[in-house]
Amino acid sequence: MAPSTAGAITLTINGEKHTLPVDNRTTLLDALRERLGLTGTKKGCDQGQCGACTVLLEGRRVVSCLQLAVAAEGREVTTIEGVADGDRLHPVQQAFLDLDGYQCGYCTPGQICSAIAAIEEHAAGWPSAVTTDVRPEAGVAPLTPEEIRERMSGNLCRCGAYVSIVQAVARAAEETAQNTSGANEMNVAGAA
Amino acid sequence: MTTATTPTAPVVGAVGTAHTRVEGRDKVTGAARYAAEIPFAELAHGWLVVSTVTRGRIRSIDAAPVLAMPGVLTVLHHGNAQPLETQYTGPMGAPDPTLQIFQHDRVPHAGWPVALVVAETSEQAREAAESLVVEYDLEPHDVAFADGHPGTYVPESTPRAAAERTKGDLAAELDASAVVVDAEYTTPEEHHHPMEPHAATAYWDSGRLEVVDTNQGSIYVAQELAQLFSLDASAVRVRSEHVGGGFGAKGTRAHQVAAAMAATVLHRPVRVVLTRRQMFSLIGYRSPTAQRVRLGADADGRLRALHHQGLNQTSTVYEFVERSADVARAMYDADAHHTVNRVVRLDVPSPTYMRAPGEAPGSFALECALDELAERCGVDPIVLRARNEPAVGPVSGLPYSSRKLLDCFEVGAGRFGWAERDPRPGLRRDGRWLLGTGTAAASFPTLAGPSTAAVTAEADGTFTVRITAADVGTGARTALTLVAADALEVSPDRVTVRIGDSDFGQAMLAGGSAGTRSWSWAVTLAAHDLREQLALGGHVPPEGITARSDTTAAIGALPPRERHAYGAQFAEVAVDVTTGEVRVRRMLGVFAAGRIVNPLTARNQFVGGMIWGLSMALHEEAVRDGATGTHVAPDLAGYHVAANADVPLVEADWVDDPDDEDPVGIKGIGEVGIVGAAAAIANAVWHATGVRHRHLPIRPDRVLAPWDEALPRPSEDRD
Repeated sequence: MAPSTAGAITLTINGEKHTLPVDNRTTLLDALRERLGLTGTKKGCDQGQCGACTVLLEGRRVVSCLQLAVAAEGREVTTIEGVADGDRLHPVQQAFLDLDGYQCGYCTPGQICSAIAAIEEHAAGWPSAVTTDVRPEAGVAPLTPEEIRERMSGNLCRCGAYVSIVQAVARAAEETAQNTSGANEMNVAGAA
Repeated sequence: MTTATTPTAPVVGAVGTAHTRVEGRDKVTGAARYAAEIPFAELAHGWLVVSTVTRGRIRSIDAAPVLAMPGVLTVLHHGNAQPLETQYTGPMGAPDPTLQIFQHDRVPHAGWPVALVVAETSEQAREAAESLVVEYDLEPHDVAFADGHPGTYVPESTPRAAAERTKGDLAAELDASAVVVDAEYTTPEEHHHPMEPHAATAYWDSGRLEVVDTNQGSIYVAQELAQLFSLDASAVRVRSEHVGGGFGAKGTRAHQVAAAMAATVLHRPVRVVLTRRQMFSLIGYRSPTAQRVRLGADADGRLRALHHQGLNQTSTVYEFVERSADVARAMYDADAHHTVNRVVRLDVPSPTYMRAPGEAPGSFALECALDELAERCGVDPIVLRARNEPAVGPVSGLPYSSRKLLDCFEVGAGRFGWAERDPRPGLRRDGRWLLGTGTAAASFPTLAGPSTAAVTAEADGTFTVRITAADVGTGARTALTLVAADALEVSPDRVTVRIGDSDFGQAMLAGGSAGTRSWSWAVTLAAHDLREQLALGGHVPPEGITARSDTTAAIGALPPRERHAYGAQFAEVAVDVTTGEVRVRRMLGVFAAGRIVNPLTARNQFVGGMIWGLSMALHEEAVRDGATGTHVAPDLAGYHVAANADVPLVEADWVDDPDDEDPVGIKGIGEVGIVGAAAAIANAVWHATGVRHRHLPIRPDRVLAPWDEALPRPSEDRD
């Protein structure tokens, strides 16, 4: 019997369950774009080097071009189509829009998904390569422009909108911090 | 310029006020659909197979096993592809034979398209394409670009672009000069890499070839495809609503031709998307350059002699001239003035226009040489430029439409803190970092291309603009909304701008910093005409009232002038004495580039250009392996473009410089931001280290080399 090259998987995408047949070679990115019509997630390099395909898998940012769809079986995926609250944009989306944190817009969904996770990772106390004091007792270092640049460097923007991207992420992080002040519950899996 | 002829209070002032992008919400929510994202029933997926060898002939293509693979529909190659027209003058002039795919068995460079595999799914097409066995008869190749290559020649001049311009006696003026700078500069092969890969879906609909594409000018692509496939111009329609970056690379390329061929054979829609790797060989790139600049000056820095000689590579099938030496013709005068662009043909892909073609590499050489001259004369670099400010075009003798270069330097120097700068190099330390600052001038021609536009007054009181413009991230759709609103004297929310459809007629492409200027001109003329019609009174019928414009005559009537945008670039760098790493700490650009339509998007675009300059100065370099003739690591890891962490706070601003001839006052801003930026950084690296770096990118090994070889290394333990 020839080995099976296809199977049916169930993914929870933006809170909605989808069962779909996929070729085993299908990446999560292609499953979203080609099978489910969720083309907000972009294909920039298809080899994990540009970040345009960033989505949140169980709340963590991943490049969906390096995930096989079958490996995401049963897991929760949040894409750019799922980050707004109905008609109300996510603070990161609104900041990108207001501060012109993009030009051509192609890297933008990946930037926004990445920024949402980066803000949560920072708030949860995860250090970055530029965090100077990583002792647990040092607490959460301020989310400086340098920290944002480092944490957002997995997402290339060829138009060179980095300056306004950093400003947008900073503003969204401030708003998020204000909205969640007093309640330090994080949604980032594994944040503890 | 709007004239208030309506009796009710006119609404003007949209132009010049910051507006977020009209399609911004679609872009931040993922709703904006790019070329490869438009769904089609019965869509088939094409995957290009490109040559793995650099030069030779295809001996055989073994299609049978691939055709037997699941889902495979066809394999197109030189043995079965339809003939294409090869002799024509297209919208971009003589066609690049790279577009004439599958017409013969010759392979002129690595990455040449040799077959297209089409299958039901992209996974099937990809596996089949990677399984296709192509055998080649190899021939020796030459991919070694270097000054002094025996194949170097001066290309024929065209009416619009002379290869060589000469004034005065160069040797005599150099001899008479108190100070002479004679230096060679090189820039490497650089790639556009828009984040959105090239993608096209082609299908036939009622006898018309329809192409959904991502490009910088849909009418240009439509006209080129019509020529290639021997179709009436009206039998091809190309649409391109959202474009994920272009930078010169998104014209007609092999993917549209391949998709159209396959759609013709299969009678169903076929989509072809280039892989990131294929983009290294199929979409054009900026040629490496080898440039020599000789400047002869009096002791006070006044130029007597200026010699700028450029060299670039092109393919064996198409001549592309990277016009590096042109920038000197507009920038600085000298009694003897000699500029020449030269070319050498190698077994490489055809290069093409890339952001600020000519000016980007040319300004690196020229503006670094000016800095060297300033050092040698003991004159401040800005003062040196002021001393050489020409009254008229140095070579043309034509008056400038406006030239506010020195205003840019004045404003920029004040904001940057230039007056406090100690000109001596190698003095400033911050721990293990050496600090320095540098400056350079920027310029780019102000161009306009004939365009048509239609503006419709709808029955519901709104207005619709139709023009074959392209918004490649420039904010053109938003800019045209503002321009139309002012011309119609209504608020922008009553204006809808539709672009990216070749059926809207002839219009300039998004290139040469001329898109928004050219399109705004056409939109303004049509809007003014429409207002005159509406002023006659009467009801607007259900189909609306439409006015059309054509700027061909107006642009043709422009008198000969030197027309350019200008800028002053400033950079501060830190150079790590241990690793040789160069970090840019801040950049400032001040530009004189016509009226700024939308300050929000314009600032972003200027800054983006400057970041391209940073990336060019420090990071970008495509390396070709001489033995195989192919790229080393052709991907976004092997070819680094500036990432967020590479980029400091970059600021851009502008001085008031409306263009008197343009109805909106626009010049154009897309390219001038990159021009001079790499030179400012290189000059800052000299100021930090005392070493001139004349070869881009300024890699750590290049920074360390002179310290290792000749000079005492700056001590690492100070501070």
